[in-house]
Amino acid sequence: MSVSLTLLGLLERQPSYGYDLKRAYDTYFARGKPLSFGQVYTTLARLARDGKAIAGPPEHGDGPDRKRYSITEAGLADVDRWLTTPAEPEPHLQPVLFAKVTLALMLGRPADSYLDAQRVAHIKRMTELTRLKGAGSLVDTLLADYGLFHLEADLRWIDLTAARLNDLREMVRDL
Amino acid sequence: MNAPAVLFEARDIAKSFGQTPALRGATVTVAPGEILAVMGPSGSGKSTLLHCLAGIFPPDSGEVWFDGRRLDTLTESERTRLRRTAFGFVFQFGNLVPELTAADNVALPLLLKRAGRKEAYRQAARWLDRLGLAGKGARRTGELSGGEAQRVAVARALALGPRALFADEPTGSLDTLTGEKVMNLLTGLAREQGVTVIVVTHDVRVAAYADRQVLVRDGVVTADVGTVPA
Repeated sequence: MSVSLTLLGLLERQPSYGYDLKRAYDTYFARGKPLSFGQVYTTLARLARDGKAIAGPPEHGDGPDRKRYSITEAGLADVDRWLTTPAEPEPHLQPVLFAKVTLALMLGRPADSYLDAQRVAHIKRMTELTRLKGAGSLVDTLLADYGLFHLEADLRWIDLTAARLNDLREMVRDL
Repeated sequence: MNAPAVLFEARDIAKSFGQTPALRGATVTVAPGEILAVMGPSGSGKSTLLHCLAGIFPPDSGEVWFDGRRLDTLTESERTRLRRTAFGFVFQFGNLVPELTAADNVALPLLLKRAGRKEAYRQAARWLDRLGLAGKGARRTGELSGGEAQRVAVARALALGPRALFADEPTGSLDTLTGEKVMNLLTGLAREQGVTVIVVTHDVRVAAYADRQVLVRDGVVTADVGTVPA
């Protein structure tokens, strides 16, 4: 999963400080692997350098100075492209699928359309693998079987997530 | 004259059973020789779509076309004749006649089509052989495994030389490996014979044998995966 695109997606929702981004990321996407502050600020600095985000002026408070980051037009285009392009169908996609669906709901985007596009990409890949089984050796068949079962598991997750979108939308709205 | 690019077409068809709508404006086309998988969860309307395309019952509204003519406006006896002569069927549990042997089951539709008895049984033996059931023609269906019975059902459907074969969850009662064998034979022989296949399934691994897949949800065709280049 792309940490930088996920943080950029969180910035699309609202301009944020690094601390808030880390908290949102860890709540929804980290799954036991929280981001270090160093990783958050390095990623934000890179996004700013590449013109995807802008750092506001230092703000003075009780603690150390901090900067609020905002997304740029180029950053918005990157998030849009990432969310609307189906991931390359391959086993173990769950983290990226989950991140895209959750972010799409946070941003009020059509998560169901994204899931439909991903479903189509998966079925196409399964059709290719099934043909490979018909034409290849037993080893090809076994490898294709492995891919097919994992893609099938993803598809079942996609179907169930599509059925749970309303509940998920309610949950992320309150973040 | 060129063959039509579309063999089947459902145009905005709706069908209800009592107060329960099964189809709410489904539209789909099937090309000659194409293997189309109709996918969807239970209760999505996919089997109803198959039944309308096969002329088992007409839709309440909308149109169904087969080979350039309206199918939904035919009388029941005309639709029955069409099904007997032009379509083959494979259902989840085979729907074989249990009192008859495998060969009898395959020969029966040929006899109903007024083929001579000798020719009907010769064809039956040939198709059983092609489905890997040589030597099992004399067995009653109760003596066959699930996979064997399903292959008899495929033989019965293809022996008629149909224009189209309709399969509703053809591997639904089979284990994975046996289901794979049945799908390999069904799609392989259909491609070889140029038979159009419409297979209804909730199982994406079965659908992956098709040339093209469409998704049905809440009585409407919601997505067309499109043809995957060979």
